Order: sequence, then C-alpha cells, then structure tokens
Amino acid sequence: MKIVTLVKQVADTYSERKLSDSDHTLDREGTEAVIDEINERAVEQALLLKEAAGDGEVVVVCMGPDRASDAIRKALSMGADSAVHLSDEAIHGSCAVQTARALTKLIGTVEGWDLVIAGNSASDGQVAAVPAMVADLLGVPALTWANELSVSGSTVTVKRETDDGVTHLSAELPAVVSVGEKSNEPRYPSFKGIMAAKKKPVNNLDLAGAGIDGSEVGLANALVSVTSSAPKPPKQAGEKVTDEGDGGAKIAEYLVGQKLI
Amino acid sequence: MAEVLVLVDHVDGEIKKTTYELLTAAKALGSPSAVVVGGAGAADKLADGLTEHGADKIYAAETDSTDFLAPEVAVLESLIGSAAGVLISASANGKEVAGRLAVRTGSGLLSDVVGVTGDGVQHSIFGGAYTAEAKANTEHPVITVRPGAIDIEASAGAGARESVEVPAASGRQATVTGREPIQGGSRPELTEATVIVSGGRGVGSAEDFTVVEGLADSLGAAVGASRAAVDSGYYPPQFQVGQTGKSVSPQLYIALGISGAIQHRAGMQTSKTIVAVNKDEEAPIFEVADFGIVGDLFKVAPQLQDEVTKRKG
Ligand SMILES: Cc1cc2nc3c(=O)[nH]c(=O)nc-3n(C[C@H](O)[C@H](O)[C@H](O)COP(=O)(O)OP(=O)(O)OC[C@H]3O[C@@H](n4cnc5c(N)ncnc54)[C@H](O)[C@@H]3O)c2cc1C
Ligand SMILES: Nc1ncnc2c1ncn2[C@@H]1O[C@H](COP(=O)(O)O)[C@@H](O)[C@H]1O
Repeated sequence: MKIVTLVKQVADTYSERKLSDSDHTLDREGTEAVIDEINERAVEQALLLKEAAGDGEVVVVCMGPDRASDAIRKALSMGADSAVHLSDEAIHGSCAVQTARALTKLIGTVEGWDLVIAGNSASDGQVAAVPAMVADLLGVPALTWANELSVSGSTVTVKRETDDGVTHLSAELPAVVSVGEKSNEPRYPSFKGIMAAKKKPVNNLDLAGAGIDGSEVGLANALVSVTSSAPKPPKQAGEKVTDEGDGGAKIAEYLVGQKLI
Repeated sequence: MAEVLVLVDHVDGEIKKTTYELLTAAKALGSPSAVVVGGAGAADKLADGLTEHGADKIYAAETDSTDFLAPEVAVLESLIGSAAGVLISASANGKEVAGRLAVRTGSGLLSDVVGVTGDGVQHSIFGGAYTAEAKANTEHPVITVRPGAIDIEASAGAGARESVEVPAASGRQATVTGREPIQGGSRPELTEATVIVSGGRGVGSAEDFTVVEGLADSLGAAVGASRAAVDSGYYPPQFQVGQTGKSVSPQLYIALGISGAIQHRAGMQTSKTIVAVNKDEEAPIFEVADFGIVGDLFKVAPQLQDEVTKRKG
C-alpha cells in the first residue's frame, strides 16, 4: 500500500504567535517552527497501516518554506520513506483554496498512491477543510476526523468523532483520510531512524517543477485577503490569595461581588 | 437585495441554535435564504423557526442519500450563482462543506469568523490573542461562522418555500454506514453554557471528577476538562477545552487543578471572568485569572459548592 501523508510546519503553539505588521501573514521570524503535532499522528497512522499490511511506502507531501524541511525530516525519522517538498517564494500568503489546489498537484507527482492521510485541523489557521478540499479536487472520497481507521482489501472504514457525535464512514480506495487528536500516540524517532532519515530521498520542487503557474498561488492572487490585524491586549492577572481554610468562601464572596451568583 | 444562502444546521429533526446565529449574520449581507438539506419533511418541521429568525426564503432539498456531506455541497453549488455569499456554521461538518464548495466554485473561503459586515469579516485567532479583518476577492464568498459568536436577533422574514433538487454527487463519495449521537446528559452544552467548571490533571482520577461535577451542578454549569485530564482517561474527549478542544467564552470559567498551558488558555482566555484553584502558586493559569486561590482543589471546591448551595437556599 502506498500512502501519502500531508505534513505542515507550523509555529509552535508553545511560543507566542504573531502576525506580521506588513502583510498580516504569520510572522515566521518571531516563532519556533515545528511539525504540526496532528501531522505526527497522520504519519503514525500511515506507518501503522504500512506495518499492518507488511509492505508499502509512505510518502510525505509538504508545501512550505525551505525551513519546513525540518518537519519533513521529523516525519522521515519516524519512518516515512520519501518526501515531496514544494518551496517557492511565490507561495507565501496562499489562501486555503490555493493551498488545496497546489497540494493536489503535488499529490499528482506521486505515482500509484492508495491513500492520503492528513491531520484534521492545522493548529495555526484551523481551517479544518484542506483534506476534504483536496479530496474533492482529486475526485476521491474524504473520510475525515478519524479516531479509528482500518483498511481491508480495497475498502477503508473510519470512525469519525466530532461534536456531532460518532459517524461511521466507508469508501473504496483511493481516498483521503484525516485523523483526529485521539487517533494514536505518535512514536518517537529512534537514533537509527534519525540517521536513516538523512539518506532518504526528498523531491524538492519549485512552482515550475510542480507544474504550478505563478498566478495560481500567493498573496497577490489569493481568493481572500486579510486587511488588518492587531494583537489583543493580554488579560491582566487579578487577585491571588493563599487558602487559609476559607478559600471556597473567598471565591463565593468574590462571585457575589461580581454578581455572578 | 441579493440573497445570502444559510446552510441550516440540524440534527434528528432539531434545529441547532447556530442556524439562528447564521440567519442574524446573513442580514448584514442581504436577504437570508435558509437551505435545508435532509430527509423527507425535514424543512416542514424547521420552517416556522427559520421564518421567525429572518429567512426570506426556505429551500427544501430532500434526500435519503447516504453520501457523506455530498448532498449539502451539491445543493449549495446549484444555488450559489445568484447569491451574495454563503454562511455555514464552523463545525467540523460545516467547515468541510464550505471548503468543498469553495474549491468547486472558485470562491474565497473565510473560515471560523466571529463577525460579518458588508465590508468583510472579523477573525479571532491564536486563541483570541489576535483579531484580524479579512475580505474575499471573489464573488459569493463562502464563510464559516464560529458557533456562539453572533447574538441572535429574531426578526421575521417572508419564509417563502421552494423545493430544490439534490444534484447527483460528482466524484466518488464516502458512505455513512452508521451514526451514534452524543449523549448530552442533563448539563448545558459547553459552547452554550454561561458558567463552566473545568478539571485538569490535578483532579487525579475519573472518580474524583465528581468534585468538579458537584460544583458545576450547584452553579448550573457545564463541565470541561484539560487535555491532560482527557488523555489520562478522567473525562471523555468531547469535553476538552483548548486549542484542539472547544473554544469557550462563558460569563464565568472556573479552572480546578489546571496549570494553564498556552494551548488550554487558547480555548478559554476570552471568558468574561476566570477563577482558578491550583496548589502551585506559580501556575500560569493565575496570569489570566481574575481571582485565584492557591490551595487544594479538594478543600476549596467542596467549600465553594456549599457556599453556593447555601446562598441559593
Ligand atoms: C498541539 C497541542 C495541542 C494541545 N491542545 C490542548 C487543548 O486543547 N486543551 C488542553 O487543555 N491542553 C492542550 N494541550 C496540552 C497542554 O500543553 C497541557 O499539557 C495541558 O493543558 C495540561 O493539562 P493540565 O493543566 O490539566 O495538567 P498539568 O499541566 O499537569 O497541570 C496540573 C495542575 O494541577 C495542579 N494540581 C495538582 N493537584 C492539585 C490539587 N489537589 N489541588 C489544586 N491543584 C492541583 C498542579 O499544580 C498543576 O498546575 C495541547 C498541546 C499541544 C502540543
Ligand atoms: N501547506 C501544507 N502542506 C502540507 N499539508 C498541509 C498544508 N496545509 C494543510 N495541510 C494538511 O491539511 C491538514 C488540515 O489543515 P487545515 O485544513 O489547514 O486546517 C493538515 O493537518 C495537513 O495534513
């Protein structure tokens, strides 16, 4: 089985995230960049399926600046076999529709894949739609927010868990799946895995290499534009008291003062 | 006035409140047209509520298809031509319908907005740390609106009914083979609650979450949990608050045994009033708390519960 996993590098949620003043895109200078945690779960899911099948291949597909190669490296050191990386100045500021179209082109460079596995929602934009958009463009089924996933023969089944409850989905391969936070616990790369990753093939593409026209991507051609942005003043810490046996009563007093009870 | 399509969010014949929020938001853009995609008769049951909340038109698209989300996408695609825009709730399903509709129709996708005006939309990002304004550069933008962000204003619309076909799905689709609705229980829903009491890893066990529930029930509150509490199996996943859980902004949020990691704060720091109980006086939750008690939650929470119960008489 040949599995494509969509991996995105994002600003670490542990660091303070900012938008740049000039074009309101993510200020990448100011923040640590990491593989999005949910994509580690996507990679893990792909590896689990490959291991269960006894053979197969896991190809990482990523669109992002050069430094996103760190995220790719992490996926390869977990055990993915190879990668395709689209990096080009011109993709800066692409919107969700442009991103989905470009990812679809990148997936098209991978021959004979059976399954695409993505994260359900990126921790930066939380668009939570790119996997379904890519599926639509590819003309294949989308089985999203999977917390359980199995493939038997050419059928993929998924237990989808969202606020609306559990939905059981099934489809024929090829298909796109996105995994949820409770799908698995990603493995840590072993020392051997980290060493092996250095030798794994990465297909580094620019727009021309991926067969994407410059007019299809980028801030200037985006279907939506951010027109202004501003940080909200952080919340001020209030009163803090040490419990002297009357902590519960103190809270009650405070809540009465605030007319909350 | 141009029509604005509103995808009606309903489950098991019941309207979801977010639909009325969408109808309210739609009025800022034009004349709201509610689009009901569902089984036979689904629209009949919802029509009165939709009309009362401003729907000038109600499109009824009846289908018994088991294709996952494909009927919704296909119906909206067939209607979008004459619309000034499409509003969909920013739920997991809604976000996907919106994304698929946007790629099919080449429309700008504005995701998870908290406000809609004729000039554009407002976003609240990075857990409320940033606000941004955005606009679409295409015709009929597709906009998903965060549940709870819009205050509902009921003002009746014309409510004209029209049946529409559900076009056949293009491309292969996933099939729905079963559904299990969430067991709501008697407590208010997290995203709709005015008061939330949340427990973290400090609660220590599933059994001891009764301390959190007890306080919540005395306040008529919803119960939330940190990811660590969920991952430790203390409380079910649908109650997780935070970046990858629910975003909430109740009148009052009480955090018990929660350290206040940035990802947890991302889901609750826009709450009007925050109260925290933590035995570590350095816990970051105190940085956003309006009132904090440094102490043992097992002493403080029951005492607070008693005080609340006493006051209620
Ligand atoms: C990509 C990503 C997404 C994430 N998403 C979320 C999310 O959506 N929601 C979320 O919550 N987290 C999320 N996290 C995890 C987050 O980083 C923290 O690990 C988590 O919030 C910690 O939960 P906690 O505060 O309950 O546990 P801890 O950090 O372990 O804190 C427990 C606290 O309880 C206190 N305590 C212990 N015993 C008592 C007692 N008897 N009385 C009073 N206080 C006591 C301790 O002093 C401590 O401060 C995410 C992390 C990542 C990387
Ligand atoms: N630029 C990108 N490169 C690779 N994968 C992406 C990219 N953007 C989104 N994805 C995939 O789509 C998932 C959901 O992202 P989103 O819809 O943006 O919230 C992510 O977890 C990734 O798997």
